[in-house]
Amino acid sequence: MSWPALYAELVGASRHSTSLGKVWLSVLFIFRVMVLVVAAESVWGDEQSDFTCNTLQPGCENVCYDQFFPVSHIRLWCLQLVFVSTPTLLVATYVAYRNHSDKKSTGFLSSKGQEEDLETLKRRRLPIAGALWWTYACSLVFRLLFEGGFMYALYVVYDGFQMPRLVQCDQWPCPNLVDCFISRPTEKTIFTVFMATTSSICMVLNMAELVYLVAKAVNR
Amino acid sequence: MNWGSFYAVISGVNRHSTGIGRVWLSVIFIFRILVLVVAAESVWGDEKSGFICNTQQPGCNSVCYDQFFPISHIRLWALQLILVSTPALLVAMHVAHRRHIDKKILKRTGRSSPKELERIKNQKFQITGALWWTYMISIIFRIAFEVAFLYIFYLLYPGFKMVRLVKCDSYPCPNTVDCFVSRPTEKTIFTVFMLAVSGLCVLLNLAEVVYLIGRACKRGFQGSEEESKGAWISQRWSTYKLNEINQLIADQSLKSKFTVTKKSPTEKSERCSAF
Repeated sequence: MSWPALYAELVGASRHSTSLGKVWLSVLFIFRVMVLVVAAESVWGDEQSDFTCNTLQPGCENVCYDQFFPVSHIRLWCLQLVFVSTPTLLVATYVAYRNHSDKKSTGFLSSKGQEEDLETLKRRRLPIAGALWWTYACSLVFRLLFEGGFMYALYVVYDGFQMPRLVQCDQWPCPNLVDCFISRPTEKTIFTVFMATTSSICMVLNMAELVYLVAKAVNR
Repeated sequence: MNWGSFYAVISGVNRHSTGIGRVWLSVIFIFRILVLVVAAESVWGDEKSGFICNTQQPGCNSVCYDQFFPISHIRLWALQLILVSTPALLVAMHVAHRRHIDKKILKRTGRSSPKELERIKNQKFQITGALWWTYMISIIFRIAFEVAFLYIFYLLYPGFKMVRLVKCDSYPCPNTVDCFVSRPTEKTIFTVFMLAVSGLCVLLNLAEVVYLIGRACKRGFQGSEEESKGAWISQRWSTYKLNEINQLIADQSLKSKFTVTKKSPTEKSERCSAF
């Protein structure tokens, strides 16, 4: 399982999305997953090997790195992207369930031509109404919660989106208060801000989609 | 998701581009993305580990590297390529929207045979009307992003030459220390190459803008000179289709039988073809 496989799954599920949902999917994969894979991962590649403390005491660098970086940005973003993509699979599961139950009910009526019935069922596009509307709205709410939750977690763990050049650490076995230097702090700040911005854009798209769905339902 | 999948996504838009647009896409993928992946990334691979300062003070290397290279060339180029390629998706979205409307019309008028739907799926739209504007806007965004990134490059790294030696005195470096950049000449060569290809892409985009405007003007002149019967019929059919679309939007119930009423030409709310 890898990013392209997830992309294939989500594109299949997006047949039943609104247009805003399709835009959201493109923004997610092009501006977040792709930037993560081709750029951000190389910036954070040497985060531990290049974390240098001004001491020769063995173990001090490990301990200080662990204190200041409980979870790496890259891992947080990967988790965020995985969690944010999964509510769409809720919708896909519901559609599959509907297709299955429809196939069962038509199967009792006509015995021949079952292959083409199943194909037509698979290929049709269900309108977003009734139980599908609720499933879709729930998936949007979950997406918003996950995005907001992970952004907040990143902000809290790293005290803002800026990466400092220097941190001071006095954990045992460091002999006293030592200076520890973080590698590529400016580049990391730039990418953190970029990822936070795209995350906010995705949240705005999700909120707009929710408003659109509610308006569509009210109209109906 | 990597450059390969990105290529698959972006090259889908190719069908609706002009000839210059296809050349531009090939230049982007062959001379920029491919060169970035197979060559430039290995040149910049040891940019940090090979950056050595004339001191044993721990942390001085990191701090001086961060001061002189706030963001690596490679990452800037990767972001530039991603942002420059994405406006093409605007065109893809517009085409998808048009196909969706066409399919709806077919279904309404009861002609939704698989053959007709297949024809719509493979239909190549002419770059006229609203699609012309979408295409134009996408090219303008492309030019804006290219120029913006070239400017950012100029701000961060004035001059395209990579120096061999930089002098740094940030804390914790004990005094002004000499720091040596790894592979400066090779980096200069690749920077010049990438900047040159970027400039070429800007020129191709400008040429495409001029070509589109020229084509639209020619179509406008030809249209005003000879009002051929064929053109008149196609314009009436476009108006007819637009009225159907308006009717669809106003129609709340999906199950009621759709009846076509042809409105008078003066009531049309939107021009189908701009030129």
